[in-house]
Amino acid sequence: MDTKIYKRENRARRYAEGGITGILGACGILSVLILALVFIFLITNSIPFFQSVGLVNFFTGTQWDPFASEAMWGVLPLLTGTILVSFVGAIIAIPIGLGCTIYLSELADSKVKKILKPAIEILAGVPSVIYGLFAALVLSNWIMEIFDPSYRLNALNGAIILAIMMIPIQVSVSEEAMNAVPRNLREASYAMGATRWETIKSVIIPAALPGIIASIALAIGRAVGETMAVLMATGNASQFSFDILTSVRTMTAALAIDVPEAAIGSLQYQGLFAVGLLLFIITFVINLIADMVLSKYQETYK
Amino acid sequence: MKNISGDQISKIQVKDLNLWFDTKHVLKDVSIEIYEKEITAIIGPSGCGKSTFLRCLNRMNDLIPSTKIEGEILLDGKNILENDIDPVDLRKDVGMVFQKPNPFPKSIYENIVFAPKIHGIEEIKKDPKTGKEKIVRRKPTKEELDQIVEKCLKRAALWNEVKDRLNKSAYDLSGGQQQRLCIARTMSIEPEVILFDEPCSALDPIATAKIEDLLVDLRKDYTVVIVTHNMQQAARVADRTAFFYMGDLVEYGPTKRLFEKPEKELTEQYLTGRMG
Repeated sequence: MDTKIYKRENRARRYAEGGITGILGACGILSVLILALVFIFLITNSIPFFQSVGLVNFFTGTQWDPFASEAMWGVLPLLTGTILVSFVGAIIAIPIGLGCTIYLSELADSKVKKILKPAIEILAGVPSVIYGLFAALVLSNWIMEIFDPSYRLNALNGAIILAIMMIPIQVSVSEEAMNAVPRNLREASYAMGATRWETIKSVIIPAALPGIIASIALAIGRAVGETMAVLMATGNASQFSFDILTSVRTMTAALAIDVPEAAIGSLQYQGLFAVGLLLFIITFVINLIADMVLSKYQETYK
Repeated sequence: MKNISGDQISKIQVKDLNLWFDTKHVLKDVSIEIYEKEITAIIGPSGCGKSTFLRCLNRMNDLIPSTKIEGEILLDGKNILENDIDPVDLRKDVGMVFQKPNPFPKSIYENIVFAPKIHGIEEIKKDPKTGKEKIVRRKPTKEELDQIVEKCLKRAALWNEVKDRLNKSAYDLSGGQQQRLCIARTMSIEPEVILFDEPCSALDPIATAKIEDLLVDLRKDYTVVIVTHNMQQAARVADRTAFFYMGDLVEYGPTKRLFEKPEKELTEQYLTGRMG
C-alpha cells in the first residue's frame, strides 16, 4: 500500500523533472541554433560575392566603393577604420576603467559608492545616438581646437566616444568581479601585514582577473560592433589609412550607410553580407581569445 | 613580570579594554595577561566577544568602520592601540590564522612567498661614510624564497605531503592541509605571536588532531592565542584558559584549574553544558 503511493508520486515527479529539463534544454539549444543560423545565413549570402569578386580582391583592395561605375571591393579601409577606432578606444578606456573599478570597489566610501555606481550603470544604458550627437557636435570641436586636424569628424573623435561608452560596461562587470573576491582573502592579506594597495595589487586583482578580462572583452566587442555613435563621429570617408586624425569609415558604418542603396540580390547586396561575415568573425575571435586567456589563467591557479 | 609557575614572561597585557561597534558594547573592561610561549585559549558561547577580542590583538577590527576602542593593549610593554602604531607593521609581529582556511587562489609556493615578497628581507648594512648600522629591505632571491618555503612548510608539518607539487594550486589540498598551509604562510612573516580564530571549526576530527599536535609544537617558538568553541580542544592544548561571557572576561586561569575547579558560577554552568 505504502509503496504504491510512493511509486506513483515518484513517477509524477520524474515526469515533471524531465519536462523542466527538456524545456530549459530547448532554451539552451535555441541560442546555439540561432548563432549557427546567423552564421550560415551570412555565409550562403556572401558566397556568390566571393565567387565573382574573389577573396584576394576583397582582402587586399584598398578602396571600398560599391556604387561607383567601376565598383571597388577592397575591405581594407573599412577594416582599418574599425580597428583604428575600437583599439584606440580600448587603449583609452581600459586603464581608466580599471582605475575607476579599483576606486569604486575598494576605496570609495559607501556614500560615494551609492551615487557613483548607479550613475555608471545609467551611463551604460544611454542610447548610442546620444553619444554620437555629443561626439559630432561637441567633442569634435574640442579636438579641432587641440589637434587642428584636416577633418572635423575623424577617427580620434570616434575612438574617444567609444572609450566613453566602453568604460561603464567594463566597470560594472569588473566591479562585480572584484566585489565577489571573498572577504577572508582580503583578511588573510591584511593579517600578514600587507597594505591596502598591496592587497589590491597582489590578492584582489589576481583573484578577480577572469572577470576583469571578461569585462574588457565585452567592452571591445561592444566597440567593434557599435554603429550609430561611430557613424556620427568619424565622418565616414572610406580611406585606407592609419592616421588617427583622418576621417574613417568603419565596417558597421559601411553596412548602415550602404544597405538602403543596395538592390536585393545585387552584387552590392552580397558584398554587404561579406562585410557582415567578417565583422561576425572578428567579434567571434575576440570572444575566443578572451576565453583562452581565461582558461589558461584558471589552469594555473585552479 | 613572572607568571604563577615563576618561569614565564608576560607577552601581552590588556588593561580595561572596551570596544563598541556603533552603540553595541562588545567588550567590557577586559583585563588579561598573556604569557610568552604559552597557549592561551579563549572559550565562551557564540557572540560573547571572543573573536572580537582576538582581533584587537592585531588590530583587525580597524578594518570595520564605526569601531570604537578604549583601554590599553601592551605588547612587550608597548601600547599597540596608540595612534603612532601602524597596524600594518604590528601585523608582521602578530600573525593570524582564520576560522575557514583561506589560502590565496595561487600555487602552494606562491602562498608562502606572498608576504616575504611584499616585505622583502631585512638586512643590516653599514653606511660606508658614517659607519652607522641601519636596516635595509631588499628583494629576496629565488634561493632565499625556496628556503623560506621549505622551512615554513616543514614547521607546519606539511612539507612531506606537498614537496612534489609546490606549483600546484593551494585549492587542490584538503581542508586540513589548506589550514596547515595557512599556518605555514603565517610563519613566513616570522611573527612572535600567532592568533588562531577557531582554526578547526571547519575540519574533520583527524585534521583537527593534526592541527592540535602542531599547536602544541608551535608553543616552543611562539606565543599562541586560540579562540575555540570546543572546550575539549582548550582542555587538550591550552596552558591557560579564559572564559568570556557577554563581553565580560568571567574567569581566567591555568586550564587544568579552570576546568576542574571553576571559581565562578557562570564558568561552571558553561563547562557542564547547562548554559551556552
